[in-house]
Amino acid sequence: MLAQVATPEVPWSLLWPFLLMALGAVALVTITSLVTELRTRQFPSLFTIAMAVGGGASLPYIWGRIGEIPERRILVLDGAMSIDYFTIVAAAIILSAVVFAAIFLDDYLRREGLDGPEWYVLIMLSASGGLMMAAAEDLIVTFLGLEILSIAVYVLAALHLRRAESQEAGFKYFVLGALSSAFFLYGIALVYGATGSTRLSEIDAALFATNARGLVPAEDSSMILAGMALLLVGFGFKVSAAPFHLWTPDVYQGAPTPVVGFMASAVKVGGFAGLLRVFLAGFGRLGDDWRPVVGAMALLSIVIGSFLAIRQDNVKRMLAYSSISHAGFILIGLFAAGSRNAEVAQLGTRSVLFYLFAYTVMVVGSFGVVTLVGGRGDGKHDLSDYAGLAQRSPILAGFFLVLLFAQAGIPFTSGFLAKFGVIQAAVRDEAYVLAGVAMVAAVVGAYLYLRIIKTMFFSDGAHTVPVAAALDTNVEATPDGAVIAPDEQISLPPAAVAAILVAVAITLLWGFAPNIGGDILRDAAATFLR
Amino acid sequence: MLELAWLIPAAPLAGFAFLVLLGRRLGEPAAGWLAFLATATSFVATAVVFLGLVAEDFEERFFIQTLFEWVPAGNFTVNAGLLVDPLSITMCLFITGVGALIHLYSIGYMHGDPNFSKFFVYLNLFIFAMLVLVLGDNMLMTFLGWEGVGACSYFLISFWFTDSSNASAGKKAFVTNRIGDFGFMLAMFLVFSTIGSISYANILSSAPGLATGTATAIVLLLLLAAAGKSAQLPLYVWLPDAMAGPTPVSALIHAATMVTSGVYLLTRMNPVLAVADGWATTSIAWVGALTALFAATVALAQNDIKKVLAYSTVSQLGYLFLAVGVGAYVPAIFHMVTHAFFKALLFLGSGSVIHGMKNEQDMRRMGGLAKLMPITAMTFIVGWLAIAGVPPFAGFWSKDEILLYAWNENKALWAVGLVTALLTAFYMTRQVILTFFGRTRFFDATAEEIYGAFDNRLATAGGGVASAEDNLVAAHSAVEKAAADVDKRSQAVQVSAEKLNEAKEALAKVSADDESHAKLQKALDKAEKSVPKASENLASSQHGLVQANSGVDEANTQLATAKSAFAALQAKRNSLALPDEHVTALSEAPELGDLLDEMPNSYRERQEYHPHESPWTMTVPLVVLAGASAVAGGLNLPFSKDLHFLGHWLEPSLFANEAELLVATSTKWGLAVVAIVCALAAIGAAIAVYLRGRAEPQVIEREPFARAWYVDETFARIAGGPGQKGFDLAALFDRRVIDGAVDGVATAARALGTSMQSLQTGFVRNSALGIVVGSAGVVAWFLARLWQ
Repeated sequence: MLAQVATPEVPWSLLWPFLLMALGAVALVTITSLVTELRTRQFPSLFTIAMAVGGGASLPYIWGRIGEIPERRILVLDGAMSIDYFTIVAAAIILSAVVFAAIFLDDYLRREGLDGPEWYVLIMLSASGGLMMAAAEDLIVTFLGLEILSIAVYVLAALHLRRAESQEAGFKYFVLGALSSAFFLYGIALVYGATGSTRLSEIDAALFATNARGLVPAEDSSMILAGMALLLVGFGFKVSAAPFHLWTPDVYQGAPTPVVGFMASAVKVGGFAGLLRVFLAGFGRLGDDWRPVVGAMALLSIVIGSFLAIRQDNVKRMLAYSSISHAGFILIGLFAAGSRNAEVAQLGTRSVLFYLFAYTVMVVGSFGVVTLVGGRGDGKHDLSDYAGLAQRSPILAGFFLVLLFAQAGIPFTSGFLAKFGVIQAAVRDEAYVLAGVAMVAAVVGAYLYLRIIKTMFFSDGAHTVPVAAALDTNVEATPDGAVIAPDEQISLPPAAVAAILVAVAITLLWGFAPNIGGDILRDAAATFLR
Repeated sequence: MLELAWLIPAAPLAGFAFLVLLGRRLGEPAAGWLAFLATATSFVATAVVFLGLVAEDFEERFFIQTLFEWVPAGNFTVNAGLLVDPLSITMCLFITGVGALIHLYSIGYMHGDPNFSKFFVYLNLFIFAMLVLVLGDNMLMTFLGWEGVGACSYFLISFWFTDSSNASAGKKAFVTNRIGDFGFMLAMFLVFSTIGSISYANILSSAPGLATGTATAIVLLLLLAAAGKSAQLPLYVWLPDAMAGPTPVSALIHAATMVTSGVYLLTRMNPVLAVADGWATTSIAWVGALTALFAATVALAQNDIKKVLAYSTVSQLGYLFLAVGVGAYVPAIFHMVTHAFFKALLFLGSGSVIHGMKNEQDMRRMGGLAKLMPITAMTFIVGWLAIAGVPPFAGFWSKDEILLYAWNENKALWAVGLVTALLTAFYMTRQVILTFFGRTRFFDATAEEIYGAFDNRLATAGGGVASAEDNLVAAHSAVEKAAADVDKRSQAVQVSAEKLNEAKEALAKVSADDESHAKLQKALDKAEKSVPKASENLASSQHGLVQANSGVDEANTQLATAKSAFAALQAKRNSLALPDEHVTALSEAPELGDLLDEMPNSYRERQEYHPHESPWTMTVPLVVLAGASAVAGGLNLPFSKDLHFLGHWLEPSLFANEAELLVATSTKWGLAVVAIVCALAAIGAAIAVYLRGRAEPQVIEREPFARAWYVDETFARIAGGPGQKGFDLAALFDRRVIDGAVDGVATAARALGTSMQSLQTGFVRNSALGIVVGSAGVVAWFLARLWQ
C-alpha cells in the first residue's frame, strides 16, 4: 500500500496564464516535431500569440476571483505563489510583450532565412519564468522563475546561428548571468540563515519579531543585510541597473533584434516584478536599510545611461544605454514604494507599474522599428543607417519619432507621464536630490533621442558609403569621391507595422489620457500595503 | 470672437504639417508662400481675438480656452488650454506680425537654397512653438513651447550644418539653454508642490499667499530659466554664436521673439515676483543692467555686422530685465515690442546688405552702400535712430520709460542704463557709418591680396636672382675652360719650338748632298711654319681668357643688381606692415598702384561684381518694419495718462504690481532731456571718429571689448581643460570597460571563429569584475549600516 503523500491542492484555473505559457511551449515543440510542415509556416507565431492572448483573456476572470476575497490575494501551491492584483498586472505586461515579440519574430525569421519553432518555444518558456517571478511568494520559487526566464533568453540571444555577434552576445550574457545567479542564490541562503525561512511572509514575520524584541543581534543583522545585498545584485543584473549593467550594451548590440526587444521588455518586467515583491513583501520592514542603496543604484543607472549614451553611434547600443537609464527611473519608483508612508508607498508602486507598462510598449515598438530598419542580415544599426529614414520610409520614421519622444519623456506621450510619476513619487517622499538628478538626466538623455531624430529627419536621404564597399555594387560615384548608395527598400510587413502602430497608439493614448486603467494600477499598487 | 484663439497656434501647426508632407513637392517659392500664408492667417486670427478682447469688459479680459483635459497621475489636473489675456495677445500680435514679415523676407533671402522648403518647415514650427509658449494656460504648456522654440532655434542655427562652426554654435545654444531649462523645471516643481497646481489662473490667484522664502526661490529659479533663454550674464554666450544661422532666423528668433520669452515668463509671474524678497527682484534688475552695459561695450569693437547686432540684442534684453526687476512691466513689454520692430528691421537690413554683397559680413569691407542700396540704407537709418533713442522714433519712448523707472528705484541702475544708452547710440552710429557711408571699401584690396601681389612680385625678382646666379656659374666655368685652353696652347708653342730645334740639329748633321737632306729641309720648313701658328693660337686663347674674366665681372654685377632689387622689394613689403583685414584703395596708395597687374583673382572678380539692392520680397518687410519702428512710440506716450494705451491695456495682466512712479514731472522732463543729449552727443562723437576721422578708432575699439572681456575664452579654457578632462575620463571608462570588452571579444571572435575558446580571452572577465566590485560595494554599504 502506497503511503499517502501530502500534495498541495492546485487551483488550475488561477494558474491558467502560467500554464498556457509553460505547457504551450511544450505543446508547440511537440506538434512541430510531429507535423514538420508546420515548422516553416506562420503556425508557431500564431500559436504563440494565441497562447498569450488566451492567457491574457483569463486575467479578468482571475481578477474577479481575487476581488471575492477580502485579503485581495490567493495563496496557491501551499503558499509558494500569490495570485493578486500585482501578479495580474505584471502578467498582462509580460503577455503583451510575448505577443509583440511573436509578431516581430515571424517576419524576422523569414527575412533571415531561419526557421524553427524553437524561438517561440523559448519565448514562451521565458515568459512563464517571468510570470512565476511575479507571483513567487517564496525565494526558491523566485529563483526558479529567474532561471527559467534567463536560460531561455541566453539561448535566444545566441540563436542566430550565422551571426558570430549573436553567439558572442549569448555567451557573454550566459557567463555573467550565471555569475549573478550565484550571487542571488547565496543571498537566499543568507536570508534563510538569518530568518529560518524562504517564504516572504515568514521572512517578514521574522523581521517583525526581531524588531519587536527591540534587540537586533549583530550576527543576524549582518546576515540578513548581506543576504539582501546579494539578492539586490541578482535583481540588479536582471534589470540592468548600474553598476551591474556592463553586459547590457554588448548583449543588446549582438543579440537578434526582436529578442532584444523581448529582453528589454518581458525580462526586465519579470525582474522588476520579482524585485518589487521580494523587497516590499519580504524586506518591507527594512526599507531604511535598502532604500539608500536602491536610490544610489537609481542615480548611477540614470547618470550612466544618460551620459554614456551620448557617445554611441550604434542605435542598438544607444537603446541599451537608454534601457539602463529607464531601469534607474523605475528604481526611483521602487525607492518611493519602500516608504513607511502608505500613501507614498502606493504612489511609488503605482508609478513603477505605470512606468513598466508604458516602457514595455514603447520599447517593443522601438525595437520593432529597429528590426525593420536592420534589414536583411540584421546589420544596419549604425546611426548613419538612419540618415534620411524620413524620406525612405516616412511611416516608420514617424512611428519611431513618437516612440523616441516617449522614451525621452516629451509631454503628451506616455513616457512623460511615466517619468513624471516616478519623480512625483520621489518628491512626495521628499527625496529631492533623487528627483533633481533624475530631471537633469532626463534632459541630458533627451540629447540621445534627438540625435536619432535629427539623423532620421534632417540628414540627407542617400547616405554615403565607403568607396571600397561601393565598388562591389553598381552605384554611381559623386564628384567628391563619396558614393551614393541606392535607396534601399525597407520591407514593411503589414503585421509588424500594425504592431508598431498599436505601440504608438497606446503611447499617445496614454500621453493624452493617462487615467485609462488608473483604477487597475491603483488596486495593484495596494498589494504590498500592510 | 475669443473662441477663435485655437486658430492662432493651429494655423502655423497646419502649415508645418503640410510642409513636412508636401514641402519638397511644392518647392521654391510655393513652400515659402504657404508658410507665409499660415503665419499671416495666425496674425489675422490674433487680430480678431484682440478685437474680441477689447470688446470685453475690463475685468473680463482673462479668457481660458480648454482644448482637452490632460490628467497626469495622481490628484491634480493639467488641461491643455490657451490663456487669452492682454499680455499673451500683445505677445501674439508681434510674434505673428513680425513673424509673417520675416517669412516674406525669407522667400527672397533663401532664394536658391537647396533646402528652401525645409527652412520654412522649421520657421512655421517655430512660430507654433512660440505661440504655445505665450498662450499656454499653465507652466507645463509654456515649458512645452519653451523646449519647442529651443529645438527649432537649435535646428535653425545649424541649418547650414555643412559648416562645422554653425553646427558647434547650435550645440552651444543647446547646452547653455539646458542650464536655464533646469531652472524652469525646478521652478515648476516648486510651484506645484506649494500651490498644488501649475495653471496660471491658480498660480496668479494664490501667489499673494505664498511664503516669502518660497516665492524668492521660485523667482530665482525663473531668473535662471529666463537668463538662459534671454541670453543674460553669464548664460549669454550662445547668442552671439547663434548668428551663424541664416539672417532671417537671427531676426525672428534671436532678436524679436524667442529671446524675449524669459521676460515674458517673468512678467507673467509678476504676482510671485511681488511676494518675493526685495533682493530677488533687485538681482533681476542688476543682472539686466550689467548685461546691458557689458554687451554694449563689446558691441563697440565688433567688425562683423551681425555680431554688433547680436551684442546689441543681448544689451537690449538686459534693459528688459532691468525693467522687470524694477517692476516696470509696462515699459518692459513696451520696449519688447519696439525692440522687436527695430531689431528685426536692423537684422533684416543687415541681411539685405549681406545678400547684396556676396555674403560679406565684415563692416570694414563695406562703406558707401547708401548709394547702392537706397531702400536698405533708408530703413536701416530709421532702425538706427530708433535704437539710438532719438525722438520721435520708437526706441526713445520705450527706453526712456525704463530709465525713468530705474531712476525711481535706484539711481545707480539709472546711471548704468544711461551709460548703456550712450554706448548704444555710439556703436550703432559706428555701424551705420561703416556700412552705409564713407568710401565704398568693397572693391579695395585686402591686406591678404596686397601681400599676395607682393609675393607674386617677389617671386619674379627671386627668379631674376636665380638666373643671375646661374649666369655667374656659367661665366666661371667659361673662365676655367679658357684657362685650360691657354695652358694647352702654351704647351703646343713649346712643343713646336722643340721640334724646330730638333729639325735644325738634324739638318746640321747631314751634308747638303745627302739624299735625306731634302727630306729634313722639308721638315724644318714645316716646323718653322708651325711655331708662329702656335704662338698665334696662344695669343687668341689668352684673349679668350680675358674675355671670360670680364664675363664673370659682368655676371657678378648682374647678380648684385638682382639681389638689391629683391632686397628692396622685400624691405618694402616688410615696411608695409598692414594689419590683418586692412583694406586699401589702390588708387589712394600710389606706391602700391603698380601692383594692379599682379593682384590675385579674388580681387579682380570683385571689381566686376556690383553690390545691389535686394528684391521686393525683402525690401517690403524692411519698409513696413521701418514704419513701425518710427511710430510705435505712439503705443504708450508719456504726456498724459490718456495716452498710456499699452499701460492701460496690460493692466488686467499685471494685478496692480506695476511699480509706482514717484518722480516729479519736472524730473521726468529733465531725465528725458539728459537722455536725448547723451544720445546726440554719442552720435556726434561717432561721426567725429568714423566719418571725420578726428580720432583713431583704436582708441575706442579696445582689445577687451573686441574679445568680449575674454568670457568665451575663459569658458572654453575651463570646458577644454578640467571639463574636457572629466568628459574624457567618462569616455575613457566607456572605451576601456565597455567598448574595450566588446571590441576585444569581437576581434577575437572574428579571428578564431565562433569557437567558445575564442570568447574566453578575458574580456568577459572585465564585465564580471565589474559585477563583483559592484556587489562588494552594495554589500559593504549594507553592512556599514550596522556600525551606524
